Amino acid sequence: MAYSDKVLDHYENPRNVGTFDKDDPNVGTGMVGAPACGDVMRLQIKVNDQGVIEDARFKTYGCGSAIASSSLLTEWVKGKTLDEARQIKNQEIADELALPPVKVHCSVLAEDAIKAAIHDYAAKRKPE
Amino acid sequence: MNFAMLDFSKNYFELFELPLGFTVDAKRLAERYRTLQAVTHPDRYVVAADHEKRVSLQASTQVNEAYRTLKDPLARARYLLSLHTGDPGTDSETSKDGAFLMEQMELRETLAEAQSSPNPHAAVARVLTHLAEQSAALDKELAGLFADPTPANLTSAREIVRKLQFLDKCRRDAEDLEGLIDGRY
Repeated sequence: MAYSDKVLDHYENPRNVGTFDKDDPNVGTGMVGAPACGDVMRLQIKVNDQGVIEDARFKTYGCGSAIASSSLLTEWVKGKTLDEARQIKNQEIADELALPPVKVHCSVLAEDAIKAAIHDYAAKRKPE
Repeated sequence: MNFAMLDFSKNYFELFELPLGFTVDAKRLAERYRTLQAVTHPDRYVVAADHEKRVSLQASTQVNEAYRTLKDPLARARYLLSLHTGDPGTDSETSKDGAFLMEQMELRETLAEAQSSPNPHAAVARVLTHLAEQSAALDKELAGLFADPTPANLTSAREIVRKLQFLDKCRRDAEDLEGLIDGRY
């Protein structure tokens, strides 16, 4: 199967690979996995006091499409509010990367990862 | 016996005359495989009619598929799930079990670092040992759950199968890496 140029670009030059301290109160961590292919994805966001995502990191063990989907997503969420980031749909990622139908589930995984990261951040911030 | 006596509406366990369950007697499985293979092998039908050749080929393919499924614990568990629930549990639904996935992430990181470690072979071997132990523990749980296939137990079994798929992927990656280190590729 041929990867699109955009997938190859993100695969060869992944943006924002790395980790934040998951115990930092300003950091939200989303851990998701796709049992069907065994891919594992970690997406982290650093949120400022205004509720804006200042920075993002990811690490993905999986195919090129999964790596590209999460790499692209870390670029997209920077500067967005949590509400805006929550609105990102997997189809937008799939369209941007020209993912073939068999790889659309990789973009679903990325969408689930950002939702999980926002959820984790919100849970940390919830008043005791 | 010849292949015409085989009833392929039977499930794989019936075909291999094994009790329905996760625990399989490897010796009996292998013996029965040899017997079934002997009667279905296409070589036996070289001089047979075209129709017979075709049916023997189909039978032989089915026997091989059944053997592969019953021999491999993960494939066997998925087959049991599909027999009991109609669904092998290989859906595309995302896993969100944070602690388990974190551990999977760490194992993959260890594997990625193994290549540049002073003793890459030992590092990969440690990962493989860890994976084998984890899989063995989950297999044991599966045996208990499939022995009493209530809806609740089958739901738990499905969760374990999902975990085993991550372990299986990591094992394949580790074996590939081992091959790379050994210079087999």
